Amino acid sequence: MRFSRGLRDGLPIALGYVPVAFAYAMGAVAQGFPAWFPILVSATNFTGTGQFAGTNLIAAGASLAVLFATMLVINIRYALMSVSLSQKLDGRFPLWKRLIVSFGVTDENYAVAMQQPKKLNFSYLMGLMGCSFAGWLGGTALGAGMSELLSALLTGDAAAWYDILMSAFNISLYAMFVAIVIPPARGDKKVLLLVALSIAGSCLFYFVPALHSLPSGVDIIVVSVVCTAVLAFLFPRKDEEDGQTPGDTQDKTAADASGAPSADEGGGQ
Amino acid sequence: MNLADMLIGCAVMFAVTYATKAIGLLFVKKPIKNKYVKSFLYYLPYSVLAVMVFPTILFSTSTIWSGVAGTLVALVLAYFRRGLLVVSVASIATVFLIEMCFMLLA
Repeated sequence: MRFSRGLRDGLPIALGYVPVAFAYAMGAVAQGFPAWFPILVSATNFTGTGQFAGTNLIAAGASLAVLFATMLVINIRYALMSVSLSQKLDGRFPLWKRLIVSFGVTDENYAVAMQQPKKLNFSYLMGLMGCSFAGWLGGTALGAGMSELLSALLTGDAAAWYDILMSAFNISLYAMFVAIVIPPARGDKKVLLLVALSIAGSCLFYFVPALHSLPSGVDIIVVSVVCTAVLAFLFPRKDEEDGQTPGDTQDKTAADASGAPSADEGGGQ
Repeated sequence: MNLADMLIGCAVMFAVTYATKAIGLLFVKKPIKNKYVKSFLYYLPYSVLAVMVFPTILFSTSTIWSGVAGTLVALVLAYFRRGLLVVSVASIATVFLIEMCFMLLA
């Protein structure tokens, strides 16, 4: 389990991250952020859905409390992965190594690391996480740089085309989330019920004026926690399903095979 | 958005994200046993994503029509288990084509 082996395993993840990070950066610049902002966020967060949601909330002028709570809800699955990853480390992990490895916990890194038959050592994880992080950060920088460059160079008709392209990029991460949610909902009636309940709750918050005026992000927290609690109470998962986490369901594996990072999914980083 | 909002916002995002990633590796040595807690953690991401996507995705582009078209394409491709990248690119292309038609016809 050497560093080079980690690099090799991380390469497909990195290649999958590049277009997603690129889209994230294009989207952030399209929302009016300067080019350095998405790069800074990618460098410090290394997470797909969380960055996307957090950046949207900052753009919308949400309060810090809402930002904090939303990030917590979206990222809470990492706590689960982090717990399961801690069971798989070999004996030589002092605190400083654990602090570094923690930063690299993403859905994809987690899924690949957990597939290894042996205990994990530090150099392998550095290769794996370093490689995928390079793809994430590089894709972000590329997207941010391109947006900045194009918006500066283009005028007139060309600028109108650029606006359309930016508008189109706004849908990219939402579309990815659709791709994460629909396949498992198709295969598992309980997930389908959860998704249906969640969408109903979300629409309620969106279309009822009194609820719509609440700070942005409140709907995500309230609806998801209530719906998920109801479902977990009514349909707790059986023991034989316990090995699975959101990061390694069958559908997730299919997504990995396509080379796309699941930004969070049940995934996502 | 001023500079302070962006920097403080990014700091909050980093703090929360890193804390959730580190908590298990640093503090938890035993697996979680409670089946309700485990089920909750398993189901939560799907609900979060569903709430984030709908109905906002419909209004995420310049016009509702391109948003609806992009959403439909994403739903159909996702139903047939296409990968994330394929679904995303097809949806972007759909929005682009619809808005291009709008611009050329306007």
